[in-house]
Amino acid sequence: MLNQFMQSRLRGLIVLAVILYTIPAFLSNPFHYDLATQMAIIAATVVGLNLLVGFAGQISLGHAGFFGLGAYFTGIMTGNYGWSAIPALVVGGILVGILAWVVGRPILRLKGHYLSMATLAVGFIIAIVINNESQITGGPDGMPVPPFDVFGWELSPFGSYSLFGIELNGSQAWYLFAAAVLLVAVWLAQNLIDSPIGRALRSVHGSEVAARVVGVNTARYKSLVFVISAIYASVMGGLYAHFQGFITPAVASFDFSIVLITMVVLGGMGSTMGVILGAVVLKLLPQVLTHFQEMEAVMFGLILMLTMIFMPKGLLPTLQMAVSKRLKKRAGGQA
Amino acid sequence: MSALIEVSGLDKAFGGVHAVEGVSFSVEAGQVYSVIGPNGAGKTTLFNLISGIYTPTKGEIRLNGESTDRLEPNQLAERGMCRTFQQMQICMNMTAIENVMLGRHLKLKSNLFSTLFRLPSLLRDEKSCRQHAQDLMEFVGCGEYLDTEASAMSYGALKRLEIARALAAEPKVILLDEPAAGLNGTETAALEDLIRKIADQGTTVMLVEHDMKLVMGISDRLLVLNYGRVLAEGTPEEIRNNPDVIAAYLGG
Amino acid sequence: MLSEFLQYLFTGITIGATYALIALGFTLIYNASHVINFAQGEFLMIGGMTTVSLTAMGVPMLLAIILAVLLAGVFGILLQRFAIAPAKQADVVTLIIITIGASIFIRGLAQLVWGKEYHVMPNFSSDEPIRIFGAVLNSQSLWVLGIGAVLVVALVLFFTRTLIGKAILATSMNKEAARLVGIRTQLVLMLAFMVSALLGSIAGVVVAPITFTSYDIGIMLGLKGFVAAAIGGLGSGVGAVVGGLLLGVVEAMTAGYISSDYKDAVAFSMILVVLFFMPRGLFGAKVVERV
Repeated sequence: MLNQFMQSRLRGLIVLAVILYTIPAFLSNPFHYDLATQMAIIAATVVGLNLLVGFAGQISLGHAGFFGLGAYFTGIMTGNYGWSAIPALVVGGILVGILAWVVGRPILRLKGHYLSMATLAVGFIIAIVINNESQITGGPDGMPVPPFDVFGWELSPFGSYSLFGIELNGSQAWYLFAAAVLLVAVWLAQNLIDSPIGRALRSVHGSEVAARVVGVNTARYKSLVFVISAIYASVMGGLYAHFQGFITPAVASFDFSIVLITMVVLGGMGSTMGVILGAVVLKLLPQVLTHFQEMEAVMFGLILMLTMIFMPKGLLPTLQMAVSKRLKKRAGGQA
Repeated sequence: MSALIEVSGLDKAFGGVHAVEGVSFSVEAGQVYSVIGPNGAGKTTLFNLISGIYTPTKGEIRLNGESTDRLEPNQLAERGMCRTFQQMQICMNMTAIENVMLGRHLKLKSNLFSTLFRLPSLLRDEKSCRQHAQDLMEFVGCGEYLDTEASAMSYGALKRLEIARALAAEPKVILLDEPAAGLNGTETAALEDLIRKIADQGTTVMLVEHDMKLVMGISDRLLVLNYGRVLAEGTPEEIRNNPDVIAAYLGG
Repeated sequence: MLSEFLQYLFTGITIGATYALIALGFTLIYNASHVINFAQGEFLMIGGMTTVSLTAMGVPMLLAIILAVLLAGVFGILLQRFAIAPAKQADVVTLIIITIGASIFIRGLAQLVWGKEYHVMPNFSSDEPIRIFGAVLNSQSLWVLGIGAVLVVALVLFFTRTLIGKAILATSMNKEAARLVGIRTQLVLMLAFMVSALLGSIAGVVVAPITFTSYDIGIMLGLKGFVAAAIGGLGSGVGAVVGGLLLGVVEAMTAGYISSDYKDAVAFSMILVVLFFMPRGLFGAKVVERV
């Protein structure tokens, strides 16, 4: 039984890997690659957020704050202090994790809308600080960020590389890297979910009182998952900063927090593959809707509303249910 | 020799209404101890107090001689107490066996590192945990549901699943809140067997139950509550012949 | 010194009264349906923008205001009927996303109709400011406070004296029971959204001469209203008013004495502090978990 389970876990990961690495066959220009790279980085952020929202059932309307902190920490340390990217990402992740633990302990006692409010407030405060401390952050104008580097080797969207004898331009190389990062993010998230810790997390969502009577220290687990999801956001924010080469306070904004949580809910809370789909759809939608020009916002709002009204469980879970119903019906028809 | 659970002068008021008032009793290790009484007598409130979900307004509860004042339910679980609920508390976002494996939470040493990288030590622990959970599910009689989503299970099966989860923690004392509610005759008979088996293993059982036949058959002692107060306490034989109880139940 | 303080206090109370009205709108919908309506700020925008454009077309101001408020009321009903009612089984987060979708939609419409520019609305009465101990009070502030007070009294009467108001209260306390005694709960929910929209749009109209108005003014005002409602305790009318005024005054004092860049940060820190000590806000109801 356990073996079977293992296989099904790996299967999801393999399917994702195959999809991620066949996508380049359909991408023709650097703009497409850049979009795909952004998607992969943001999808990885959302995979982390889903641990909190989808599995542990806690709301965060301020996650962009952690993403933004990661982005700015990396930007400042590599840009102004000559740090290398990896230590900047790691230290940034640790610091953001500590911050999340400090604010998480008190606010995760809150329930429902009060928790939404508190997380929203935390996100806002971070965004306001980034906006106003312009001596360090460049303020509303933003700041440049050096390319990603590992021991002196640079990964820049404008560079050119060769991998196993294949010539790649910078955009392509970044995409391959971001796809690998996403795979690792998914693998770690799945390992976490399918473990005693993961069960404890899910039980907080399923029935907090049941969790407590079997000995789960729910406060501790809520903090833990809050910290983990914040670290995901911070590290991905850092990568995003290196990839874009330039960041503005928009990366920490309330709007972006809403985008992140919407990706989770739209794709399907508690479904790792679902939230990746959510990230892709929400990132693609504005691209498609630009054809509608000034109708863009109207269409976007309408689509968002209708999807959530008619697919409250999210895109992927709804699709999965529809497919399995179809299959059952067909099997029933033949019998 | 002190009792496993010792309740003295327990009081719980909800904005002036006393749900439980001046209740004292004690449960010896290994007993099947039942709490009965009409609806609204305060039975579930009493369970919520003992299991740390409510904090008493007054009075004291001792578990194994230690005061449980200010202990959270999870801390009580660490001290060997586990329970089920009248309104079942099953994690519907998990499979049946995962619910039972959750019950073994305290028996598992989990660290974040071995979890994230899925080290062999974790896999070994998970395997034995799963085996244990499977045994328990067979023990309570829902072994056929192992990997069924909890949300797809029948009411009766979920009731047994909840008991399996509580047992998975290997508690010294298990509190069952109306385990027979909503079960048919056959299921109730099976439940009676199950409770007996649990007791025979040396686990102390506290029971809130309406089904008199069940209660009288398996209990060592009973506590009768009425309007939050103790109406009577004693062996089934004593309770059956207690005039106050007869008046409360038949006289109305 | 005193004049400075008074000046900040006037500013704070004026904007605070607006927050209080928005918070009351949140409270009303929250009480009736347990939904936090992230589109609440759009009602303000509809109120202000419609009034501006109708008066620009030559409609007398009072009539323009009435029409604007009615339009917002219609949007309130539509929102409940077509976005909230069909999704009644949804999670809290899902409902949040739906109302966010609605607010993006409404804002998109507004941008189509009115463009992205800021619009100026004249004061209701004289532009001549009033001087008190050296502080300047905009005459419009008196309108904001006066109308705010009237609305609060009207709401109290509505909930204690009218059958419809009582029906809304009953529905908020126990939907099933309300239905059993013959209250048409769907209708009641629709009414709650409508009244909430009316409140919001009136707030939007009265404050427009002070803040100006534009298609996206609803985002921040709506959020501040949510903050005010949470400070006061969701579901509490008194809490909404106190929370709104408190938030307005604290913001104005911060902007005056510390830094206007950080006035929003102080507002959001305040909510964290309040919730830290009182997880259900200042006047929120205490609930016992039932198991």
